[in-house]
Amino acid sequence: MTHVQHHIPDAMLKAYASGNISPHFATLVAAHISMCEICRVALGAHEAVGGALLDVTKAVDVSSSLKTDVFSKLDAPFTPKPVFDRSGIYPGPIVQAMKGQEPRWKSLGMGIRQHIISYDKQGSLRLLYIPAGQAVPEHGHNGLELTLVLQGSFSDETGQFGVGDVEVGDEDLAHVPTADAGPPCICLAATDASLRFAGLIPRMLQPIFKI
Amino acid sequence: MTQQCFDIPYAMTLTPIAVGRERKLVTNKRPKVSEQTEWMLAVRDSRDRDAFSHLFDYFAPRLKGFIIKTGVSGAQAEEIVQDVMLTVWRKSAQFDPHRAQVSAWIYQIARNRQIDMMRKDARPIPEELKAEPHQEDDAMQILAMDQEAQKLKHAISKLSKDQRVAIEQAYLGELTHQEISDQSGVPLGTIKSRIRLGLERLRLELKGLRS
Ligand SMILES: [Zn+2]
Repeated sequence: MTHVQHHIPDAMLKAYASGNISPHFATLVAAHISMCEICRVALGAHEAVGGALLDVTKAVDVSSSLKTDVFSKLDAPFTPKPVFDRSGIYPGPIVQAMKGQEPRWKSLGMGIRQHIISYDKQGSLRLLYIPAGQAVPEHGHNGLELTLVLQGSFSDETGQFGVGDVEVGDEDLAHVPTADAGPPCICLAATDASLRFAGLIPRMLQPIFKI
Repeated sequence: MTQQCFDIPYAMTLTPIAVGRERKLVTNKRPKVSEQTEWMLAVRDSRDRDAFSHLFDYFAPRLKGFIIKTGVSGAQAEEIVQDVMLTVWRKSAQFDPHRAQVSAWIYQIARNRQIDMMRKDARPIPEELKAEPHQEDDAMQILAMDQEAQKLKHAISKLSKDQRVAIEQAYLGELTHQEISDQSGVPLGTIKSRIRLGLERLRLELKGLRS
């Protein structure tokens, strides 16, 4: 267990507990919780609230056959859903999102690479690879962007982010994250919108790289 | 409803602990857990069908009432209830009473099931904690979790009707704040502050429990 300094915002843990969150963010939250005992406990508190609500819910009669049906299936063979374990630097939920495949890196220039895991109208989920000392071009956000560090570390105007740390970027954060010295920084980034880059060329590349 | 309690059999295996200057056996304190926890442990440890039958009678009607509130039909809700109760039986080994109350554990299974039904990919969930070898049940810790659940239920019962509805909606549905607002005809700002007020109150209760 690493010393995580920057955690998932509590509102997002609640949204994860209740399922009110896009699959992109849900993967990042699940990956962070796999690395962070503090957020695992905080999620447990939200689930306890959900459980208490279930406990005090007014019971509604179930049809008489339901119990018989359930009991008739207790001994039936079933195929458990596949469980995805951590693979190298990637926690289980990321391995699951990548369907057990290795990332296929595409160059973005300046040594920066990315692998888009998923992309739809709800946003995107991708891996970023940034060589030590390299800065990611300044960019703002149309919506919310969460970045989880998986290897190495990066720094920007707001602080330093190491393995397990999550940076939360919103409309107000225009930043220049720079990978620190050491191994290349590999991050998982989830957004609910496209990124907008300040420089002209990256903006032109945006449709091509889907960022 | 009165909360009937049973003696916890695991207490017999506990080693003496220091209490003040004298040493007392935990068994002298006769810790009690809720019958739901007792049933769940019997299912987990001895595949006890009578205990599972009790769990079913307690949780199935509450689950149905809970799920119907998300706008699902009675028939569909029963399908989900069936899946959830089967999962409770099949995955009982994953129930850890030191970390979660039965209701919280079942809440989380129900949310996962409902979300999986709506999406084509399985919901990403955090890696399971690796079980520590020869981990003995800690009766006092299990009891503490149980008592916390009781206090949480009490806290919910003290909420105003508006706060109760707002919290239920936050922990139940595939509902964004905007959708909640559309449904109830209450302005967004009001809903948000209601949820916040309700949660602040719950948090205070929780804080009191943990300090
Ligand atoms: Zn955390």
